[in-house]
Amino acid sequence: MHPETSTGLDSRKLAIWTFIGSECMFFASLIGTYLVYKGKDVAGPRPHDVWLLNGKEVEQMLEIPLVTTGTALLLFSSLFVVLALYGAQKGKRGMLIGWLGATLFCGIFFVGMQVFEFTHFYHRGMGFTTNLFSQTFFTLTGFHGGHVSLGVLWLTTVFILALRGKLPPEKSLNLEIAALYWHFVDVVWIVIFPVVYLIH
Amino acid sequence: MDAAAHTHEHTHPTPSVYVRIGITLFVLTALEVALYEIGRRGQPPVLAAAIAPVFVELLLLLSAFKFALVAMFYMHLKQDSRLFSSVFVFPLIIAAAIIMALLVLFGYLYSLHPLPK
Repeated sequence: MHPETSTGLDSRKLAIWTFIGSECMFFASLIGTYLVYKGKDVAGPRPHDVWLLNGKEVEQMLEIPLVTTGTALLLFSSLFVVLALYGAQKGKRGMLIGWLGATLFCGIFFVGMQVFEFTHFYHRGMGFTTNLFSQTFFTLTGFHGGHVSLGVLWLTTVFILALRGKLPPEKSLNLEIAALYWHFVDVVWIVIFPVVYLIH
Repeated sequence: MDAAAHTHEHTHPTPSVYVRIGITLFVLTALEVALYEIGRRGQPPVLAAAIAPVFVELLLLLSAFKFALVAMFYMHLKQDSRLFSSVFVFPLIIAAAIIMALLVLFGYLYSLHPLPK
């Protein structure tokens, strides 16, 4: 339950939705910038270029299998967090802790995947200022990765509350709000994944 | 507080619905990657030739469908108050307009001043 409001809705939930709305416009500007500069580089490396590494032909810059795994885990993490929320709302502590732990694992894997990818690109000679692709790519995916990292921190605090038994059903909104933010970073990646990695 | 609104706000789907949505999202992602691989390898040739003209549209359509599934079921927009949907969808329309405006403006700019090759 929440205090009476003029809308009849919880103000915290309305606030997170308003925040998510503003974040949509933020990421739209980053995705738009990536798209307008796509293919406009005057020098490589470009995302789908074929590379030579130690005399062996490497198919392309982007690691599609790795990123697909990260994408799948991020999608599954959205499923896990709603199952955790269901557990929190029904007072099923085991379900809450188990699924929330699984969500955190997926989130941490995703962040690790991005750190690996960025390091990999750097070692292949693509730094932040190398060309237009690298700048727009690192800015867009870096900001998204930052949001995922914040989401992991946020869910970790909720996880600690749950472990301490301080997340009873009447306080499940604390998890619901964090989960809404988590789903938002997921839907942003649902757009980024095909736009950056698959469309060429 | 409006009791009806409060009840409506908290009628969320069951775990089985969540799992079915999760499986659908996974299948759609696999389909996206399969389309990408077919286009990249050009195999099978008939399918690759059929996909090529609508490749981008197909990927964007699949992406939009996944986006809608997460927003409606996992973010509970389908069950929660319409005010939340409005607060989300209105900026989403502005976001789409930002991307379209950038593409149109820069397309025009590049037509006036082509970049060096």
